[in-house]
Amino acid sequence: MNADNFETVVVETDLLILGGGMAACGAAFEASHWAKKHKQRVTVVDKASMERSGAVAMGLSAINLYLGVSKGNNTVDDYVSYVKNDLMGIARKDLVANIARHVDSSVHLFEKWGLPIWKDEEGNYVNEGRWQIMIHGESYKSIVSEAAKNALRELGDNGSYYERVFITEPVMFGDRCVGAVGFSVRENKFYLFKAKAVLDVMGGAVHIFRPKSVGEGLGRSWYPPFNSGASTYFTLKAGAEMTCQEVRFVPVRFKDSYGPVGAWFLLFKSKATNAKGEDYMETRAAELENWAPYGTSKPTPANLRNYLMLLELEEGNGPIYMRTDEAIKKLVAEIPDEKEAKRKMKELESEAWEDFLDMTVSQALNWASHNIMPEESPSEISACEPYFISSHSGASGAWISGPNDLAPDEHHWGYDNMTTVKGLFAAGDASGASSHKFSSGSFTEGRIAAKAAIAFCVDHPDLPGIGEEQITALKEKVLQPLKMFGEHSGYTNDEDVNPNYIKPRMFMFRLQKIMDEYAGGASVGFKTSEALLTKGLEYLQFMKEDAEKLAAGDLNELMRCWENVHRMWQAESHIRTVLFREETRWPGYYFRTDHPTMKEEWEAFANCRWDPETGEWEMIKRDLL
Amino acid sequence: MPSFVINDKCDGCKAQDRTACQYICPNDLMVLDKEKNKAYNRAVDMCWECYSCVKICPTQAIEIRGYADFMPLGGVVQPLRSTDSIMWAVKFRNKKVKRFKFPIRTTPEGTIEPDAGFETGSDDLKSPVLRTEPESL
Repeated sequence: MNADNFETVVVETDLLILGGGMAACGAAFEASHWAKKHKQRVTVVDKASMERSGAVAMGLSAINLYLGVSKGNNTVDDYVSYVKNDLMGIARKDLVANIARHVDSSVHLFEKWGLPIWKDEEGNYVNEGRWQIMIHGESYKSIVSEAAKNALRELGDNGSYYERVFITEPVMFGDRCVGAVGFSVRENKFYLFKAKAVLDVMGGAVHIFRPKSVGEGLGRSWYPPFNSGASTYFTLKAGAEMTCQEVRFVPVRFKDSYGPVGAWFLLFKSKATNAKGEDYMETRAAELENWAPYGTSKPTPANLRNYLMLLELEEGNGPIYMRTDEAIKKLVAEIPDEKEAKRKMKELESEAWEDFLDMTVSQALNWASHNIMPEESPSEISACEPYFISSHSGASGAWISGPNDLAPDEHHWGYDNMTTVKGLFAAGDASGASSHKFSSGSFTEGRIAAKAAIAFCVDHPDLPGIGEEQITALKEKVLQPLKMFGEHSGYTNDEDVNPNYIKPRMFMFRLQKIMDEYAGGASVGFKTSEALLTKGLEYLQFMKEDAEKLAAGDLNELMRCWENVHRMWQAESHIRTVLFREETRWPGYYFRTDHPTMKEEWEAFANCRWDPETGEWEMIKRDLL
Repeated sequence: MPSFVINDKCDGCKAQDRTACQYICPNDLMVLDKEKNKAYNRAVDMCWECYSCVKICPTQAIEIRGYADFMPLGGVVQPLRSTDSIMWAVKFRNKKVKRFKFPIRTTPEGTIEPDAGFETGSDDLKSPVLRTEPESL
């Protein structure tokens, strides 16, 4: 493949939305309305196909963020307190509240659009837990994407959608972000998108750490493997300040296929125990006092539930089991009438299987291949490898402006969800310190950011020119791996083994090995220290040099090259921030053996910024407020 | 494997520009072998087993064989997705079979109106009122 015959396609727009997942769909829906009123153009660029793009591709069995404010079920403040406690105090209250005050509206729209939500006899949504409602969500993403596409169509020629275009780099004009570049993964086309405002909603980051399964099961990450760190890379490279880059998420899920546990814990009231049948949440309750006040508040933060389980494993008390059999027996035993109990049993069985079939089919396949009937035998659960996902119980992302009616002055600089870079907005997994957004909250945050970004476009009507020189340089950079391959692949008899270059697959494995062994991955029990992190950072510098020598034989491999460059930057910002925060605050996510306790002085945000001018990293401590 | 294509059933989507599985795969794994006119998964260890290709295949030529590094052989989970519901056949290694049917959508495909009948209560671009609010709240 010749890097020289790539056509350059220039697309001029007003608001550029980068991504195709839930936040991008929310953004497209919202932006279209305001763009129409104010005669602005909206362009969405997606690496996949919107119908099944992003983390909700497979579907979901629950919506994990719904308040029910109009019914008086909860208040926004209740939710903010819950999120803050779950993240051990580290959350932006203004951002969480902003999402929470709008999220019910998104869920009501989903239902009108056609998403089947479980209802009880009175017609109310069926809650799984306090904030979670049950859905028949196999087609959740198909439905939401249809609404987003139809919204874009309302703009006529002013609304456009590009699928299968992979975004690599931001385009800057001084201190303002004015577009993005990328390439088609289907044909030889280099894309330059010029825009007045850019919204980064490209998802979280997976495959930074070595997964526990390294054969075929490599792809069975809990969060999808196509979430490859593009969001963080984009904002970092634009020079935006980032927050909570240390706050990774380690989910505990059904072992190996990573099926969801929420319905089992919350809906079916199941317990998890060690091999001896002991409930470690009870036997180890005293440990929670070491992490007060968060550890002693209810519900127990996710990372501490993980931690108690990890302590069991350290003492050799594994495997850990979800006692599905006991939970179902208990629910059925509550019904005295035999016929009614039988019916209930059938219903519970269907609900249990749907939970997997809606969102992690692989777990149903796992049960089928192991002859597991959940009503008859328990199933193993375990901690997954770490992920970067601020929409769930992690928090990593860009440091963004809060809403002017909720944010303290220091957390507000003009437009909701704008990063510290002019014209660059972030939402969903791309924005940090506002955890527990989940699918509905990510969609909602996309809406909030898009409305603000349209306001920015209206206030900044000039589209800055981008010089030919900058475009040529970016094109050369983006296509460099193809050139590298073209120049050197003929030298050896195996295109994967060549001293002149490195292929993206081995590059990814190298990154995963460094992160796993030095930055507290699954194989070392999530433990790390200054000495280990410093060594890991040293190895990462070699990788950064070798990144210049990535080689791609085709367009798919070119995408893999860039995905792994993106991952590498996510990794570096993570190591630097874990080093910076000299304490242990989320022991079930990572444990600093050299600073094993939580410290008062770190009731603060740990932020970082990479300076595009100097190439230096700056670490910044910011007050919680 | 994760997803695999049954030779006898795949017709390469009748040599259209692109196969259905190629169109849908969120990780860009499915490709058409133009010589054989059959689709295949080019990187099985990057497959999430999301079943998007299985559900969309017009000839039901795609199935999933569980990740061989942790799943014993013999389990099969196969969907049949229509416009408003999905049926699943779960076949166990010990030959037991369970079938489930779940609704997936309450409106006809292609009919979504973004506003869903809700009015937007403010024209102010700088207010916190989002599209369809406050009515949709």
